Amino acid sequence: MNFFLEVLIGGLLSGVMYALVALGFVMIYKASGVFNFAQGAMVYLAALSVVGCMEKGAPLWLAIILAFAIMTAFGIATEKFVLRKLVNQPPIALFMATIGLAFFIEGLAPMIFGSEPRALELGIVDEPIPWILDNWNMVISKFDLVASGVAAVLVATLALFFQYTRIGRALRAVADDHQAALSIGIPLQHIWAIVWGVAGFVALVAGMMWGARNGVQFALTFTALKALPVLILGGFTSVPGAIVGGLIIGASEKLAEIYIPPVMQDLFGGNFGGIEGWFPYVLALLFLLVRPEGLFGEKHIDRV
Amino acid sequence: MIKNFKPALSAVALSLAVLSQGAVAAEEQFFPIPGYRVGPYGANGQAFYGGFIDYLNYVNLKEKGVNGVTLTYEECETEYNNAKGVECYERMKSKAAKSSGPIHTMSTGISYALIDKSAQDKLPLAMMGYGRTDAVDGSVFPYAFPLVTTYQMQASAIVKFLKDKAAGDLKGKKIVYLYHDSAYGKEAIIALEAESRLNKFDLVQIPVAHPGNEQGAQWLKIRQEKPDYVIFWGWGVMNQTALKAAQKVGFPRDKMIGSWWTGSEEDVVPAGDAAKGYMAATWNVAGKTVPVIADIEKTVYGAGKGNLQDTSKLGTILYNRGVSAAVLSVEAIRKAQEKYGKGKAMSGEQVRWALENLNINDARLKALGATDLLPEIKTSCDNHEGSGKVKIQQWDGAKWVPVSSWIEGNKALIHPLFQASAKQYAKEKGITPRDCSKEK
Repeated sequence: MNFFLEVLIGGLLSGVMYALVALGFVMIYKASGVFNFAQGAMVYLAALSVVGCMEKGAPLWLAIILAFAIMTAFGIATEKFVLRKLVNQPPIALFMATIGLAFFIEGLAPMIFGSEPRALELGIVDEPIPWILDNWNMVISKFDLVASGVAAVLVATLALFFQYTRIGRALRAVADDHQAALSIGIPLQHIWAIVWGVAGFVALVAGMMWGARNGVQFALTFTALKALPVLILGGFTSVPGAIVGGLIIGASEKLAEIYIPPVMQDLFGGNFGGIEGWFPYVLALLFLLVRPEGLFGEKHIDRV
Repeated sequence: MIKNFKPALSAVALSLAVLSQGAVAAEEQFFPIPGYRVGPYGANGQAFYGGFIDYLNYVNLKEKGVNGVTLTYEECETEYNNAKGVECYERMKSKAAKSSGPIHTMSTGISYALIDKSAQDKLPLAMMGYGRTDAVDGSVFPYAFPLVTTYQMQASAIVKFLKDKAAGDLKGKKIVYLYHDSAYGKEAIIALEAESRLNKFDLVQIPVAHPGNEQGAQWLKIRQEKPDYVIFWGWGVMNQTALKAAQKVGFPRDKMIGSWWTGSEEDVVPAGDAAKGYMAATWNVAGKTVPVIADIEKTVYGAGKGNLQDTSKLGTILYNRGVSAAVLSVEAIRKAQEKYGKGKAMSGEQVRWALENLNINDARLKALGATDLLPEIKTSCDNHEGSGKVKIQQWDGAKWVPVSSWIEGNKALIHPLFQASAKQYAKEKGITPRDCSKEK
């Protein structure tokens, strides 16, 4: 039972890390109805900007500010040079543009900051908390707890931003219908620039947490793979959905990795481990059969 | 005036013709390099191919090539992508038809994709520490060379190292094999299972799904298993993630021992303090204290002809490995010239013969300034590996430090596995194996 709880809690904490990446997708989708294929690359760019600035001599706090400035400038440039010409184009055109953007970032970022994997020290040790280990014999990492706290603050801030600010309401209006939003005077270009800037900030937070955990390297772009089933489960438009989806995916993949392979081995022989790469997708697809819009996604109703 | 102009023009034309003939006659040994410097594993490729090319230039600068034959090369970017690797090979093979050094792809996937093609085109494919390991049996794979050592012999050598640490007895011990769930990770299983049966230790296999940036479940399982050692077969981000995850569950890093693809600076530096004490196998040491590495820095970089922009990579594990691959390749050219004619460019077929008849002993390595960059190597038709030895190194937080002498895997146990696999391959492909007793 103790081991089960340890796996469950470990999974939930991992799920928070997935949710951090998923939030960036939600931001863009919520404001523009576009699935941003470049989100993983943005996470990479943001983390690389931090370590790149630190290597040039900037202290951590300044490196974070500079990286945020880079991500904001990137957001504005994306709106100006990529998205502006695509207003009112089918979503697939915008999606394709983000694919191009992803490859562009993946090529450009290492050219500027170098491609060798680097450490990012945030001053939070990724070690078990001794008191929990001694009293409960469970491994709970300080780093994971801090990441959870960061994610909670981020989610609360974004939820309030979308719900209670004028910009947040404008973002939602733009997502519903570009043309209609323009017709009532919402400045689409500004809104898109803001949302890409905010998505850049989310990418920065995710990049720093993942970078501190596994090192800053090209593989940060793969974090997007962990966010996709979270989005399917939580819904593409819901900030709380990203968190709940992340928790479900994190916990279920860890439990599956521990408990399913031995059963399969007993039944069929051979080695059935390493299933956490695809198990979350199967879970998400099964979930789609029951609730296609995701847990917290908006139900899409068209007039006939 | 016009009268005088005509003979002058003829003289100039004649001179140009002679000069151009001379240029054609100057022998050049071509090295096709389908490598990678960008993409997910670009950092690894930069160091390896930087070292490889620096050594070719070093031989050109120091000795004016091999017996006067200038070493030339062409790089083609594969991004560690199989399709691009094949495309690069196809693009360069016509140029390699006249003369070709061994082709190093630094990718098991690309090697698999090229293994049949290179045999048809008679171009030697080197797979140092990667690739199709049953190609050790040259009777079935005449053009493929898994030189120095293979995954299976490496795994066997690691078990030998652990056995020595356990006072010569692993009976009743528990070893976890944590591996990248891919062909690369699975290669060593057959050897570890054989070692487990022989040495009576308990082997627990735990796969990690690609890319391996999340290993929470695996390390909780390891914590539950309480193994004596973890043998670790990672790649890319999986390596740093494993070291960090080991720290998270409190598993001692000095009981973790990895393959050579988990033992470069790129693998441990991003993990910070979590990597301290971790061990890994290698066939080449790090550092600029190796004479040839120091001399490359002096000769090649001193002349402003270094291949690396970032000179901090000089002397790193992967840079030195690139140099070790080039040393072996150039020695093969030398060997081929001894048989087929000094001062001539060698064809892929001639270099293949040389790779199959290498005999590089410690004295020769010392003469090359390459002691500890390679173990002694002696190849043959039925042994395209030629050594099977590794050293174990330990990360002290700042650098890799060798902690063992050369350790050879259990050849009597492992090589029959290669032969059985190669025999099966020959049967499937309808290949009639060569009679190695007639190959000299």
